[in-house]
Amino acid sequence: MPIIEFESNRCECNPGETLLECLDRHNCPPPSSCQSGLCHTCLMRCVEGTPPPDAQNGLKESLVTQGYFLPCVCQPQTDMKVTLPDESAAPQCSAKVIDKTFLSSSIVRLRLEVDDDFSYIPGQYINIFKDDTLTRTYSLASVPALENYIECHIEKLPEGKMSQWIFEELDTGQTVHVSEALGECFYQADETDKPLLMIATGSGFAPIYGIVRDALNQGHQGEIHVYYGASVKDKTYLVDEMKDMAKDHSNLHYHVSLSRESISGYESGRANELALSAHDDLKGWTVYMCGHPDMVKATQRKAYLAGASLHNIHSDPFEFAK
Amino acid sequence: MSDSLFDQLGGEAAVDAAVDIFYRKVLADDRISRFFDGVDMAKQAAKQKAFLTMAFGGPHNYTGKDMREGHAHLVKDGLNDSHFDAVVENLGATLKELGVADDLIGQVAAVAETTRSDVLGK
Repeated sequence: MPIIEFESNRCECNPGETLLECLDRHNCPPPSSCQSGLCHTCLMRCVEGTPPPDAQNGLKESLVTQGYFLPCVCQPQTDMKVTLPDESAAPQCSAKVIDKTFLSSSIVRLRLEVDDDFSYIPGQYINIFKDDTLTRTYSLASVPALENYIECHIEKLPEGKMSQWIFEELDTGQTVHVSEALGECFYQADETDKPLLMIATGSGFAPIYGIVRDALNQGHQGEIHVYYGASVKDKTYLVDEMKDMAKDHSNLHYHVSLSRESISGYESGRANELALSAHDDLKGWTVYMCGHPDMVKATQRKAYLAGASLHNIHSDPFEFAK
Repeated sequence: MSDSLFDQLGGEAAVDAAVDIFYRKVLADDRISRFFDGVDMAKQAAKQKAFLTMAFGGPHNYTGKDMREGHAHLVKDGLNDSHFDAVVENLGATLKELGVADDLIGQVAAVAETTRSDVLGK
């Protein structure tokens, strides 16, 4: 079985175990968050041996060539000597909270002031660090061409350590650390004439809010159908803003639905089901879906079976931190 | 020297075109779709691409051991020859839809056939 050398530890990796699990079992884990290869929090560098290619998916070419890999999705095939990353490999910058506003009973909006050279595309995500041990991933709802701050929508999760801290303690004027922006769920500038279907639940509306405004700002001509859902009215947010936006853009169609309440002005049912029953032929469409991982997984499959191409289905890929 | 099967089929571009059609057929096929319940679409699509690249005679890293280990949990769950046949049938239908000549389809099916015993853990 492969031996993993890390600092002064020699750790034997069991079959089927990830390198992160192995280091955790030997009480020397690096910081980690999503455990599915997305947030890059656990980034490490392999200085002897070779990481399997799957453990380098999604990393920049410059990091791949330096032996960087993601231990949470690494099943070692050979002995490896690994180190924590240089600071330059996982850039962080400080961001000042300039606005904290409750948008619904379960969502708070943070606006953060970042350096001018912070670059991102609406719909990408960042990690927000509370400290060395606690970090979470949030999608960006802001549009750099329209706003000089970055905006995240944080949903309060039961027993969510990070959301509890943000809801109850973090305040305007405070500074947090954030990662660079990552991810591939964003508006593709070469699709101005294509029909777009966007589906969001919960704070999954954050990236959709960024993507739809980015599309309109870039002059998108095709039809855009946004389906946004929550369980009850109390948890919905930015509904009036979206209705106004739809009034201003004849190609934007906004549907808001509730799955556990019947209230006039809101459709009844789940956003993903309403979207797919209204649009059962998605050939030639680009589909965005963000929200609860189970909803996203099921909807990806349905959208694909309805004719959307694999490379035209974009999702915000979050899992809840374990 | 004649072109390899992979080149005759159109190389990586042909694989990309085929994955989208093939995987959709597989997921829509009631005989086998249950084996794909709850899987991550993006990861699965990458696996389908690796499989088709192999079946097309292209460069690949598939080993018999991977095939065996990767499908062992499905064999426990009842994966058998009839399901393997259904996948090969969908593969053939995909290539037909893409206008591939019958003799090349036969060659692809023959390559896929070489994985049967590993996939089914025989």
